[in-house]
Amino acid sequence: MEIDRPDGRSPNQLRPLACSHSVLHRAHGSATWAQGETKVLAAVYGPKAGTKKNENPEKASIEVIWKPNTGHVGQADREYEMILKKTLESICIRTIYPNTTTSVIVQVVHDDGALLPCAINAACAALVDAGIPLRHLAVAICCSVTDNNSIILDPSKKEEEKSKAFAYLVFPNTTVSVVPEKSSQVGNDPMAHGIITSVTHGAMSVDDYLHCLERGRATTQRLSEFLRKNIAPKSTREASKAG
Amino acid sequence: MSVPNAAATEDLSSEMEVDAFRRLFPLRYFERHLAESIRSDGRPLREARDTSIFLGAVASANGSALVKIGSTTMLTAIKMEVMIPSLESPDEGCLAIDFHMPPICSPIVRPGRPAEAEPVVSKQLSDTITSSGMIDLRELSLVGGKAAWMAYLDIYCLDADGSLFDAALLSAVAALSHLQIPAVAMNDDGKIVLMSDEDGQKQAKEQVNKEKRKLTLKSIPLSLTCILHKNYILADPTAEEESIVETHVTIILDTSGQLISLYKPGGPVLAYTSAIQVSLHIAM
Repeated sequence: MEIDRPDGRSPNQLRPLACSHSVLHRAHGSATWAQGETKVLAAVYGPKAGTKKNENPEKASIEVIWKPNTGHVGQADREYEMILKKTLESICIRTIYPNTTTSVIVQVVHDDGALLPCAINAACAALVDAGIPLRHLAVAICCSVTDNNSIILDPSKKEEEKSKAFAYLVFPNTTVSVVPEKSSQVGNDPMAHGIITSVTHGAMSVDDYLHCLERGRATTQRLSEFLRKNIAPKSTREASKAG
Repeated sequence: MSVPNAAATEDLSSEMEVDAFRRLFPLRYFERHLAESIRSDGRPLREARDTSIFLGAVASANGSALVKIGSTTMLTAIKMEVMIPSLESPDEGCLAIDFHMPPICSPIVRPGRPAEAEPVVSKQLSDTITSSGMIDLRELSLVGGKAAWMAYLDIYCLDADGSLFDAALLSAVAALSHLQIPAVAMNDDGKIVLMSDEDGQKQAKEQVNKEKRKLTLKSIPLSLTCILHKNYILADPTAEEESIVETHVTIILDTSGQLISLYKPGGPVLAYTSAIQVSLHIAM
């Protein structure tokens, strides 16, 4: 391949994924998610009674606290909090428990590129672990455009820094049987092709961005299989623990 | 619970005053307008508000601009200071961008507590300006390794009525285009001092900067924020519209047609909408 990645991966290859859940005993739900060296720990507490002042009391609200691995909380962390909050709000069914707050605490353990997608995946797994009702799952991926206009997936920190531009994309993920036929067609694309969140950095052409979207969508299949496999066995274990 | 509610509002709407209906049922008020393909201030769905730019609003600053998009008002001022450049980039100056939302701008902002949008817009602005490559920091250098300009760009929101990021970016770009780097000279101690008009005669001082100059701006980034509600795309939302609809997209293109950023936190959207955004942007 024309692309020579330092760790020998092909452009479409993701780093080794690792996920574990219920790692924290006091939290209602928790999960760690690792993509290569990047590792994030997410914990969910909730729903708790009451909402914050500016929030709509008719809906459940989500509060995100982002903790960087070193240093004080800065602007970048506040931005990540806002992005995560909006993303998680769109996947949760907020009308079930109105006037409650669910807190999601994200702790960065190690940052080696694609930090925000890793955090979103971890938060989604933690929400499932906590039993918060979700409309569908979210899978997040990072695509970067290199200097010679080729697109690579899941870059490491060095690759991110060298690349011309990168995009963090979050796609919705449902099991096909759940979504009724009528609602799955909007315009020309089925619902699963929508993007929940997109954050880009650096200048790229519009075509490059659309290619990134396609590549990202194609990879969500792999990520979602991994995610579902990792969160499924818990229910049988829980049942045996409770019993 | 929602069904009798809907019937009740249909009956009430004919009896209630428009203002009351607007406050009590904002989503229905909004949707009634959308059904007629119009918005509450009479704009068509895809039209942005009137934009005006006033350069040089702050006379004491090195560069300044006042931008209004509809009622959203942003004031930017740039102050230049000489500093010692960092060891990693001795030939580059520095640009520090700060976005402030003082309580004057909106009833939601209280003194003492920074608004939620503040650090987010601030970071987005600095990311955009660095990733668009608009400014070459080497132009801010004076004497390699010893002295360089530090530009403090402060953006104050005076009225927050939606599309904050668009207005802030526009005012930052306008102020940078208006920026005049002052003339300086190095005196005997090796320090940089500002040159005033009389000093032109003195030979002892080396002229570092002959005259006031402007920065060259390469491709300028322009942004457009849109809100998405069901199947409708609305350009340039006001604060009221932003509070009703949760999903917004901000697209930043630069003058050479490159996509600098597509920023979308929120509900699902489909790929074809991005094509519409591009055409919207060109219209802007």
